[in-house]
Amino acid sequence: MAFLELKNVSKSYRSNGTVTPVLRDINLSIEQGEFVAIVGYSGSGKTTLISLIGGLIRPDTGAVTLDGVQITGPSPDSGIVFQNYSLLPWLTTYENVYLAVDQVFRDWSPAQKQAQAEKYIATVNLTPARDKRPAELSGGMRQRVSVARALSTQPRILLLDEPLSALDALTRATLQDEIARIWDQEKRTVVLITNDVDEGILLADRIIPLTHGPDATLGPAVPVDLPRPRERKAINHDPRFKHTRHQIMDFLLGAGVQNRKTVTRKLHLPDIEPEDLSYGRPSPLSQIRRGPLRSKEFKKESVEIDI
Amino acid sequence: MTKNRYNIDWVVLPLLGGLAMIGIWALWSSLPGTNLPSPLKTWEASKLYILEPFAKRGELDQGILRFTWYSLVLVAKGYLLAIVIGTPLGLLLGISAMFTKSFDPIIQILRPVSPLAWLPLGLVLFQKSEPAALFTIAVCSMWPTVLNTAVGVRSVPQDYLNVARVLKLSQTKTLFKVLIPATMPYMFTGFRLSLGIAWLVIVAAEMLTGVPGVGGFLWQEYNSLIYEHIILCILTIGFVGFILDRLMSLVESRFKTI
Repeated sequence: MAFLELKNVSKSYRSNGTVTPVLRDINLSIEQGEFVAIVGYSGSGKTTLISLIGGLIRPDTGAVTLDGVQITGPSPDSGIVFQNYSLLPWLTTYENVYLAVDQVFRDWSPAQKQAQAEKYIATVNLTPARDKRPAELSGGMRQRVSVARALSTQPRILLLDEPLSALDALTRATLQDEIARIWDQEKRTVVLITNDVDEGILLADRIIPLTHGPDATLGPAVPVDLPRPRERKAINHDPRFKHTRHQIMDFLLGAGVQNRKTVTRKLHLPDIEPEDLSYGRPSPLSQIRRGPLRSKEFKKESVEIDI
Repeated sequence: MTKNRYNIDWVVLPLLGGLAMIGIWALWSSLPGTNLPSPLKTWEASKLYILEPFAKRGELDQGILRFTWYSLVLVAKGYLLAIVIGTPLGLLLGISAMFTKSFDPIIQILRPVSPLAWLPLGLVLFQKSEPAALFTIAVCSMWPTVLNTAVGVRSVPQDYLNVARVLKLSQTKTLFKVLIPATMPYMFTGFRLSLGIAWLVIVAAEMLTGVPGVGGFLWQEYNSLIYEHIILCILTIGFVGFILDRLMSLVESRFKTI
């Protein structure tokens, strides 16, 4: 039996009587120490999938088991890194990490907990920003704090929910290298959710495409047999990289193209214009406060829609 | 250049506005058959109270800042009471849907009740004027704190609550480590609005109970036909209210930054 198993998992959301199926027939087994990337379109239910594995939501049918035990709720066994960092803004880097350590290792001495928090802040190279609050950190640094927090509880499985998609390309590359390095050090089981195929190939042992939602399911897994450590520049020219990439792209595009078409629609723009409320403006007339201005504007735009 | 512009906007223009107001006041007071004292007469009659603001010449004849101080002490007590009761009430309303359903209607009904209506009830309940005044201030100024705190709790981002869930924080820890810090900015907006109302209520409370203070003084001078002092009291109440509001928004903006 595999370390992490999802069997016949499906999930739909209900609101106001309508049922939206999100995921169906999800079967997935991941071995201990494996790095798996799940690649899919945005809106295909990737976050739902990671929430199911993390125990934040329960599946409608099927079961999620970790090491043979069914997951019924969030637990310290899985560490989640959210796309939007989810740091508490009133706590410093250290305090954010310490809160997690303190919660999970209750019987440790304060000195042990402190050492644990410091160790993982150092792991993500953030010791200089130890006492800064999230607002004072860049996006990349915040995501590192989030990674440090997830690692510091020594979870048996690390779930990364599009951790790098909100970052600029350069920061993303740096953090990808860092995730590879940390994975190499810690040898944890990792599930990475991403919409970037190259990112998956660079990091993962196995890539599994998720078909286009709603009602998405997993496609055939594509193993990545590139040797580690993988050099970003080198693998770009590696024929195995190109082959893997094609396999995944073909599947994703094939699955996507069938039920998409382009239409031209009239877009109603928000019918207000922002108002400058600052004091001390030059024209005395503009000092009079008015309601929001109406803009009455339409825009024609081509959009892709699901049919 | 910009410096000059700044002076005109913030010094010269407000001065002009104030002068215009005093002009209207002076004109009105010079109309035949009016009892409104002129600005000059008001100054003459109030000089003693302003220039010796802390003097105590008798129970009913004290410097204006001394009266203000009495009022401030009373407001502080009532306001503290309002915060101590209102904040937990707001947290409960924000957290528990059942509690909201049970108590929101009654809160909405009690909220618009005037201090003038609460005060007699306070007198019936406590039979003394000071506790009755405190009761009135607390009951009237509590609502902005209650409602803002409740809204604050309801608008805590799901991300923060997810953190609490993933880490399996206990109820108490979630409350003190996540909910309350995340609600702080809303709470302080509530506190500021509450203070404004508490200061509004004080005058009514003092008028009806005869507790010494700036409102009590106003009512007593009206009864003694010294109309100049009514204006003095109104201006004092306005200035103090303005300063309190400024102070609270300073505190508030400190908590906005998180």
